Amino acid sequence: MSLAKITQVKALALAVPGDDIDTDRIIPARFLRCVTFDGLGEHAFRDERTGPDGKERPHPMNSAQAGRIAAAKQGVMVVGFNFGCGSSREHAPQSLWRFGFTAFVGGSFAEIFFGNSTTLGVPCLTLSKEDLAECDAFVRANPNVEVTVDVEKLTVSAGVKSWKADIAASARDGLVNGKWDPIADLLEGADSVAKTAGGLAYVAGK
Amino acid sequence: MAKTLFQKVWEAHTVRKLPNGQTQLFIGTHLIHEVTSPQAFGMLRDLGLKVKYPQRTFATVDHIVPTNELKEPYSDPIAQEMIEALRKNTKDYGIRFFDTTTGTQGIVHMVGPEQGITQPGTTIACGDSHTATHGAFGAIAFGIGTTQVRDVLATQTLALSPLKVRRIEVNGKLAPGVYAKDVILHIIRVLGVNGGIGFAYEYAGSTFDGFSLEERMTVCNMSIEGGARCGYVNPDQKTFDYIKGKPFAPKAADWDAAVARWASFASDAGCQYDDVKVFKAEDIRPTVTWGITPGQAVFIDEKMPALETLNAADRQTAEDAYAHMKLAPNTAIKGTKVDVCFLGSCTNGRISDLREVAKYLKGRKVSSSVKAIVVPGSQLTAIQAVHEGLDKIYIEAGFEWRGAGCSMCLAMNPDKLVGDQLCASSSNRNFKGRQGSQTGRTVLMSPLMVAAAAITGVVSDAREVFKV
Ligand code: SF4
Repeated sequence: MSLAKITQVKALALAVPGDDIDTDRIIPARFLRCVTFDGLGEHAFRDERTGPDGKERPHPMNSAQAGRIAAAKQGVMVVGFNFGCGSSREHAPQSLWRFGFTAFVGGSFAEIFFGNSTTLGVPCLTLSKEDLAECDAFVRANPNVEVTVDVEKLTVSAGVKSWKADIAASARDGLVNGKWDPIADLLEGADSVAKTAGGLAYVAGK
Repeated sequence: MAKTLFQKVWEAHTVRKLPNGQTQLFIGTHLIHEVTSPQAFGMLRDLGLKVKYPQRTFATVDHIVPTNELKEPYSDPIAQEMIEALRKNTKDYGIRFFDTTTGTQGIVHMVGPEQGITQPGTTIACGDSHTATHGAFGAIAFGIGTTQVRDVLATQTLALSPLKVRRIEVNGKLAPGVYAKDVILHIIRVLGVNGGIGFAYEYAGSTFDGFSLEERMTVCNMSIEGGARCGYVNPDQKTFDYIKGKPFAPKAADWDAAVARWASFASDAGCQYDDVKVFKAEDIRPTVTWGITPGQAVFIDEKMPALETLNAADRQTAEDAYAHMKLAPNTAIKGTKVDVCFLGSCTNGRISDLREVAKYLKGRKVSSSVKAIVVPGSQLTAIQAVHEGLDKIYIEAGFEWRGAGCSMCLAMNPDKLVGDQLCASSSNRNFKGRQGSQTGRTVLMSPLMVAAAAITGVVSDAREVFKV
């Protein structure tokens, strides 16, 4: 299985502010009633975007900028801290990815969300609090400027600005080497797996 | 060298180091349910892969099951499609399925312990963030995404990086009317909803030693609400006694060896922790959430925080929370009108929860302004409760008695809030929209506090209502 090497994502960006944005907000549970991930993109942030009366609410995901990202099928979402907390539902990154987001930049990410995104080939880079505020402000003020998320050099840059970014070393390694989906590596270890299994009484049936 | 349980379990299950530096970790026990598994089976089929150890995966159905409809086809065709997909997948791949017709179906985090599948010193994974529940038995249990469910099905392993270990010690005796739920809500309130990122939580101290396995499960269950990917309690005699005789427990000839092995996984005296936090049981009072994250909580007799007392980041979330909850800063939450009371979920839907509340419910009546439902987390729990006559006590008091499932913990089945109803809930998440209405409001609390709210129709102090 050969995967693309994801060294850089260069695309328009959308700021979705707020800390502790949970996965129930990203994709409300009723949309988890499905047996495939198809069509999840249109429901991303559904209840934030649409009021109980069915009318659109002011939300970044309803902006023209979001529309451009959806059309281009690539985009950078700039978020706050602890983004994606809550459930393990892969439906959350799946819906944002299917909407068009191909990278996230934030203060911190919930662990399961981070792992689920990386496995889709979608990098989640973190910036310091100050840099994130600057990046967020820049993105809002300059919607036409593409943001470059450089996974290899660990920077996020836009126009003349550049901020130092970070990502777990293993995730970076997987992305830049085209090994972000671990299945090939995991399948390769079959002999060692059998050995480990053999040493575990409860697996061997005792 | 002295080691933590986490380190010992990690080492025993390490297959090898992966090229990216992560560990290929063997997952001894894999639990699946209808929501996060169908796409994983789809991926397996697309890749032409088989299930490597079908006997180490166990399935149940919980999230979408309607708790007031016993017969299929369900009135919701999507729910029907999902249960049938799981039936087909488990049949195609030879996986054991605790189906609704077996009398053993239930919330995935209840079925594992009830069956004796959850054991100390093991690794457990499930496509559900509350998998940490199984840590109550001294297992390292992870919530995983759907692609990882595929990985476990295909290889029985995961690519993971080790976690740091934070020991959370709670010492002393809880006051009457204060429960395990209050302990974990308090811990999350103090350490924050993201305080646990990068950590496994080891819960210890005399309070935990005194806890039953079910109380330990309540605490471990909510580790993820504190940001920790997993949480555990070291196994002890109580753990072994709980497992003994369960269907998947080691049989007589293997029992002693199993117990010796399990005990050997407990953290060694003098082992190094990456962090230690200590709490006093006496300091904890009945706790309720007032906001839209589980960390936004107060003791029932406290006021909700004034905005000026919060730092900038917390303040923004708090403003959002107050607006959503329609509550005012610096006022008491006690006395807030309640519309719905939900007793159930993988946090507090176990037999001990149902018994504890029933003790106080006799002779009391649910307020006419409240809809109250009680949902045993599993069929085995429901059967046991009926056997003890608990259902009658609840029904007599005015609760609706339901079948097993996740029910109103999340909005995937017909049990939902309507409009901006406020729900006193024994579940684990108070996120906006969690209980099925975009404007619905959730106040998390212990089961007895839910019962107190049901009777008075307002958020109440159970110690006063029931003279605890
Ligand atoms: S009861 Fe709630 S938290 Fe537990 S598994 Fe079901 S939906 Fe998830």
